[in-house]
Amino acid sequence: MRNQSAVNDVVLEAHELGKEVSSPEGSLTILSGVSFRIAAGASVAVVGPSGAGKSTLLALLAGLDLPTRGHVVLNGVNLSDLDEDGRAGVRADSVGFVFQSFHLVPSLNALENVMLPLELAGHKDARKAAREIIEKVGLGDRWSHFPAQLSGGEKQRVAIARAFAAEPAVLFADEPTGNLDSRTGANIMELMFELNRSSSTTLVLVTHDNGLAERCNRILSLDAGRLQSDSEAAA
Amino acid sequence: MKAVVFALRSFGRELRSGEVVVLLAAVGLAVGALTAVGFLTDRIGKAVARQANEVLAADLRLRSQEPVPSEWSELAAEYGLDTAETLAFPSVVFAGDASALSTIKVVSEQYPLRGAVRVADQMFGEQREVDGIPEPGEVWADGTLLARVGADVGDMLSVGEIDLRVSAVLTYRPDQSIGFASLAPSLLMNIGDIERSGLIGEGSRVSYALLVAGDAQAVTDFNDAIESELPDSVRIRSQEESSERAYNAADRAQRFLSLTAIISLLLSAVAVAMSARRFAHKRMDTVALMKSLGATQRFVIAVALVQLVLLGIIGVLIGSIVGYAAEEILSRILADLFAGELPNPGLRPVVLASGSAMVLLLGFALPSLIQLRNTPPLRVLRHDAMPPAPSRLLVVGLSLAAVAALLYRSVGDARMLLVLIGGILVIAAALYLVGRALVAVIGRFRSGVGVAWRYGLANVARRGRDSAVQVVAFGLGLTVLLLLTLVRTDLLEGWRQTLDADAPNHFLINVQPHELESVGALFENNGIPAPDFTPLVRARMTLINGESVKDREYPNEDGRWLANREANLSWTAEMSSSNELLAGEWWPADYDGPPLVSIEEDAAENAGLSIGDTLSYFVAGRDIEAEIASIRKINWDSFQPNFFFVLSPGALDGMPTTYISGLKIEDEQKSMLIDLVRAHPSISVIDLGAILQQVRGIIEKASVAVQAVFVFTLAAGIAVLFAAVQSTIDERRFESAMLRALGARRRTVFSGVMAEFAALGMAAGILAAAGASILAYVVAVQLFKLPYEFSPLLWVVGLTAGVFVVCISGFFAARGAVNSAPVDVLRGTAG
Ligand SMILES: Nc1ncnc2c1ncn2[C@@H]1O[C@H](COP(=O)(O)OP(=O)(O)O)[C@@H](O)[C@H]1O
Ligand SMILES: [Mg+2]
Repeated sequence: MRNQSAVNDVVLEAHELGKEVSSPEGSLTILSGVSFRIAAGASVAVVGPSGAGKSTLLALLAGLDLPTRGHVVLNGVNLSDLDEDGRAGVRADSVGFVFQSFHLVPSLNALENVMLPLELAGHKDARKAAREIIEKVGLGDRWSHFPAQLSGGEKQRVAIARAFAAEPAVLFADEPTGNLDSRTGANIMELMFELNRSSSTTLVLVTHDNGLAERCNRILSLDAGRLQSDSEAAA
Repeated sequence: MKAVVFALRSFGRELRSGEVVVLLAAVGLAVGALTAVGFLTDRIGKAVARQANEVLAADLRLRSQEPVPSEWSELAAEYGLDTAETLAFPSVVFAGDASALSTIKVVSEQYPLRGAVRVADQMFGEQREVDGIPEPGEVWADGTLLARVGADVGDMLSVGEIDLRVSAVLTYRPDQSIGFASLAPSLLMNIGDIERSGLIGEGSRVSYALLVAGDAQAVTDFNDAIESELPDSVRIRSQEESSERAYNAADRAQRFLSLTAIISLLLSAVAVAMSARRFAHKRMDTVALMKSLGATQRFVIAVALVQLVLLGIIGVLIGSIVGYAAEEILSRILADLFAGELPNPGLRPVVLASGSAMVLLLGFALPSLIQLRNTPPLRVLRHDAMPPAPSRLLVVGLSLAAVAALLYRSVGDARMLLVLIGGILVIAAALYLVGRALVAVIGRFRSGVGVAWRYGLANVARRGRDSAVQVVAFGLGLTVLLLLTLVRTDLLEGWRQTLDADAPNHFLINVQPHELESVGALFENNGIPAPDFTPLVRARMTLINGESVKDREYPNEDGRWLANREANLSWTAEMSSSNELLAGEWWPADYDGPPLVSIEEDAAENAGLSIGDTLSYFVAGRDIEAEIASIRKINWDSFQPNFFFVLSPGALDGMPTTYISGLKIEDEQKSMLIDLVRAHPSISVIDLGAILQQVRGIIEKASVAVQAVFVFTLAAGIAVLFAAVQSTIDERRFESAMLRALGARRRTVFSGVMAEFAALGMAAGILAAAGASILAYVVAVQLFKLPYEFSPLLWVVGLTAGVFVVCISGFFAARGAVNSAPVDVLRGTAG
């Protein structure tokens, strides 16, 4: 059940998040004392220098990994209360991803890649829904191509289509333009913002690019595993 | 359900990836080898057993001193078996005034049920196989018999009260006992004539037999049914007891095939394990992605399992086709060995092979799949996030269980299985330890070499455990390849040599002491070296350690039979070269103390005799007591005259003695045998040529079969090499891209990779040569009971092959890796 917290329509909440890993030189703190709430429909940029802990934070928020301290509440559910399959269930229902290196399944064609999360979520007519969204990202005529036959930009479009297909509550993107040239990157981001606007999806975008960050409602700035600033941008 | 749909959807494309090809090849090879070897072992076993059965002229023989009641032959008919009747008895045969003692063999229409009778149209002439028996009124007579009575083909012989025409010279009948005692030359006669001859009456010493043959299962059932019912006077003989020689040959043929089967299977298993590991590894990214998209563990494992089972099915199909093709080819090669109707293998091999393939896949691939299930979804963001390694206990337990299950089914020889698994495990462990040591040593050398070698050697050292594992894989594959190519040849050679071309093909028996000189001279006059004669004294064993042989307890029935039957004794100062002393001591050449006896190992075991026991014999009215001084093993393949009981010199002095001799007589020299038997009518000549040819045939064909099956093993070995090289291909691709991005020329990178493979290959080669030497020794001495000499060739070939084969495989693996565009690889977008 959705937890109606103090602030209305909070879709994602980080509570004193901390992550430590053990390394040969002893324990290493990657993230500590990170707290924030994100309202439904918002677009949030996570910025910071390389190694700041952005990807780690993203992994914790999406339940790909568990924090060593604090907890995450996603769409009203405390992720720390769930086992791995439970968290997978939450992701199937309410999370989408776009990655820096695309991560398409090489043995499935573009359409089948887009169908994947729909089917995992038990969508009734996955094929039709996938066809529609693949049309929307401008690959209507290339749906039968396999990843190896697509360019980087096209692969990322497929990935975006896949991420939005199941109409997730939250979409996480980790440097989605990192492997693309700047023109293609700009097109991709345009597409993402557009889809974000036209759906009720919340966007959490990790990026180096200040220009991109500025187009979001809110910027979380991370350094050495700590939250440095949290600013509302005028969008 | 979703999982099945997903598995099927991506399956087509997965099929094209390298590791799937290796996995399929491995499964297919395993199934193919299993089908073909299973088929061969089965058929060769049956064919050889059948040849062994020739010695009985049947599958089963019921022998009695009285006519075998007709109820038994009726019962045999009910079991769908063929039967024939025979009678044998000694009788004097006349031709005019001349007479000679003969063994009259009276047979019914179907005789022989196994094997064939051979005759010639003139004495010592060209022999041919015949179908059937002499017509009523006719006989086929042994050449020796004809010589003794001065008759020839076409003449009449008086047998009892009737005269019968000699229509052919009998040269071979399958059940002519090759135990060369008391054999009077034989006369084959139609059962229709026996009544008229008046030879069967009160007091005649007739041995009756009912011969039975047919489907193996029916024979066994029939045997079981009658065993307890038969009166004591009827003795059953089956093939195991009947021919030690043919049986030995069959046994070895099966062992060679089993060895090949085991090795093909183990290699396939290694290849399956390695490619399954990579299969799982390559799927980790996809699994992590699917998990990040919300897939459960059950879903991902279901997908992988469905795909694996599909691969298994395809592998089985490929393997079955290959196996059937091999069957077809092999049964053509071996056509005359399999002569006669043999059961069609039908679907059985396919069912068995499918089962085996699944066991192989589950045992060797499942641990990797279980690991796959635990892939952390975090891997989508951090590529180095890995699932925990599967528990060693699980990996080792599952694979050992699978191997044991498969091998036991296909080999069914527990001892051989243990020796081989043991040997291979020891070698693998040793290889691993030495591999690690070697890897450490290699690291030290790298400061003294050029950049390419430094890179290569650094790689070997850096990969530590992986390098050692690769050395083990290469080494194991090579060990087996060496074992099969060089050692197999050595073993087969050794085996053939036990039946050297100079093996005697004739026996002379019943040579009187005063004839020794003239017989020797006769041979020398015909350009044949005078044969060695071995004395023979017929005796009866009376007491063992003072206890009557009749009352004594024996470990088994064979022992009782041996102790109670008439014994053939011999004496000699020096042990025959075809014997090997197992226990005790051989007497000195000039020994003249109290009588000692040396006994054969099986005789000792069956009759429960050991060194120090005393045996009492009754010989020609005198008692002799001899103490057992040694136990010998007899190489029956030598075809030399051999005795269960051999006494010390002097022990049998003054006893009625005849001599026997084994000698080699070429076909063109055979005519002298006519002179021999004319001049010495009491001597019998037994032609062993046919039997020798039989045994040689088995050996030759079995070795062809082994070589044919060896093709599977070779292919499986190569699959292992490929799987091993492939398992590092991603890493290599990445490294080479990195080096090239840093400015290294393609050639430099390539030389480095080759240097690495050369080092690994050398290490594997050294280890394999050592391993093969040790295993070969164990296999030769322990299993095949053949002498084995260590061969330096093994080392030369091992090292060369190691470097060569590994470098070639490496070349193909590295070529792709070195040629990938660095930018794609480094971005992780290649493919
Ligand atoms: N499991 C881990 N083990 C060791 N170090 C880790 C682990 N996860 C992250 N780190 C380290 O934590 C730091 C933050 O990583 P990351 O979240 O990927 O940073 P960013 O995405 O901001 O570049 C890096 O120095 C990284 O090497
Ligand atoms: Mg990052």
